[in-house]
Amino acid sequence: MQRETPIWADRDLTRVPYALYDDPAIYGRERERLFLGATWNFLALECELPEIGDYKTTHVGDMPVIVVRAKDGKINGFENRCAHRGALLCLERFGNARAITCVYHAWSYDLEGRLKGVPFKKGVKGGGGMPADFRQDDHCLRRLKIDRHAGLVFGSFDPETPPLADYLGAEIADRMGRVMPKPVKVLGYNTQVLRNNWKLYVENVKDPYHASILHLFFTTFRINRLSQTGGVIVDDSGGHHVSYSKIDQTAADNAYREERLRADSQSFGLEDPSLLAGRDEFGDGITLQILTVFPNFVMQQIQNSLVVRQVVPKGVDRTEIKWTYYGFEDDDDALAAIRLKQSNLVGPAGYVSMEDGAVGQFIQRALPGAGDDSAVIMMGGHGTESQRSRATETSIRGFYKKYRNLMEI
Amino acid sequence: MVPRDELEAVLAVINLLAKYADCIDTDALEQWPDMFTERCVYKITTAENQARGLPIGILYADSRAMLKDRVKALRDANIYEPQRYRHIISAVCITERDGAIFGARSNFLVVRTTADGTQDLFAAGCYIDRVDFSGDRPRFAEKLVVLDSDKVDTLLAIPL
Repeated sequence: MQRETPIWADRDLTRVPYALYDDPAIYGRERERLFLGATWNFLALECELPEIGDYKTTHVGDMPVIVVRAKDGKINGFENRCAHRGALLCLERFGNARAITCVYHAWSYDLEGRLKGVPFKKGVKGGGGMPADFRQDDHCLRRLKIDRHAGLVFGSFDPETPPLADYLGAEIADRMGRVMPKPVKVLGYNTQVLRNNWKLYVENVKDPYHASILHLFFTTFRINRLSQTGGVIVDDSGGHHVSYSKIDQTAADNAYREERLRADSQSFGLEDPSLLAGRDEFGDGITLQILTVFPNFVMQQIQNSLVVRQVVPKGVDRTEIKWTYYGFEDDDDALAAIRLKQSNLVGPAGYVSMEDGAVGQFIQRALPGAGDDSAVIMMGGHGTESQRSRATETSIRGFYKKYRNLMEI
Repeated sequence: MVPRDELEAVLAVINLLAKYADCIDTDALEQWPDMFTERCVYKITTAENQARGLPIGILYADSRAMLKDRVKALRDANIYEPQRYRHIISAVCITERDGAIFGARSNFLVVRTTADGTQDLFAAGCYIDRVDFSGDRPRFAEKLVVLDSDKVDTLLAIPL
């Protein structure tokens, strides 16, 4: 599968070579160029690490990392791999520790990642031990650069990565802040295992074209979606996007009048419509906002269901989606009940998301015949500009614009 | 009929669970909502969320009508490959009694078979049930499905 020549050759952004989804060499290059490269990777919500010593284990790409709140209150990030013989250091998903100690030989690190303890360093009864040229300071944990925005913690292995605010750009950063305006609390977690390449899921999230076609929940129950307006914003780098829709009040009023003329309209709806009884909690009428940060982070608002999703590659044809459902510390009981109920819309069993668990796999399973063929992403033109229509694939082209720049293919 | 002692309750709950699994495993999902009381709780969550006291899991309903909507969505709206479950449910232990409502716990395994013949252990966990015996037949007033793993393979369409 090793390819000598760039697989894109002279093709433009409207084509995506299928080899990107199953070539181990591409997967290795993504680790090196994207996940170890000049990108910001989502690590944690700040509220997950409230106390000094609180840590969370997570991943950058497929590389295990630790995020910890240090003694000075700052958040640090390290590769979760002992500098001695390479064992995982922290095994639990969450914990609290004064020091990070490897179970294998008890090499111990402080919360800044500095090696502080090596058992039997001076040997036992005059025998063994570390030689004179062993320098403890040379064996610290590999450290991530950390930056934060709106209660979200990001990390980068590349010290040259520009600040997070520059990486995101104002438009994307504002939209992230929109769904993170005040102190957050986590409401639940789950993980969805996908049998496809990680990029197929990222493309799916960036693709508003499929939404009303693949996901039939709203149309089947005749829940009115026509009175919506919205668009897709792609940042200059191409890598990040926001797609959104909001109630168009004039259209909504007209639709409501028509609805009242149709005496039997009730018979199509949900038996328990409380599922959709939401609240305009951000005061702007936007009922859906899907946002991605390159390479693999997703923020989602669907009505009052708020989620961050981390897309973790697990090999060329396996991916884990880490779903973290959140609300705000000042949520009242009614809003908490709404969030719980609307969690049915999303996740592995979500009314408007379960299909996304399978479509990537349908592509992955069809790859053996694809050879040098390419996927076609021409909806909405050839470019990567922001668009008013949601019948577009502009943000997928944007993703590959940034992807190709970093991958140099 | 309300069980008179623990053994009667065990038998009645085993019987209810057997019928519950049968209606799911034989694709008689239209009968599934009627195994719950009109106001009820059906929730699928993970052991991790449960241990940390986090309210949102994988699926939540608080009325029989919501369960009917779920079945209608599975039949008419949601798209997923043909698949079937085989429930294996353990012995039952009665945990509490509150009038005509009995608390019961049991363990389950669900093997999922997809259209191409692939068989996987899809879910393992426990049922934490509250069974209401006050009606014309026993029904779940609450069914908490706690999964040992936080991972769901591909998607969860059919209820557990």
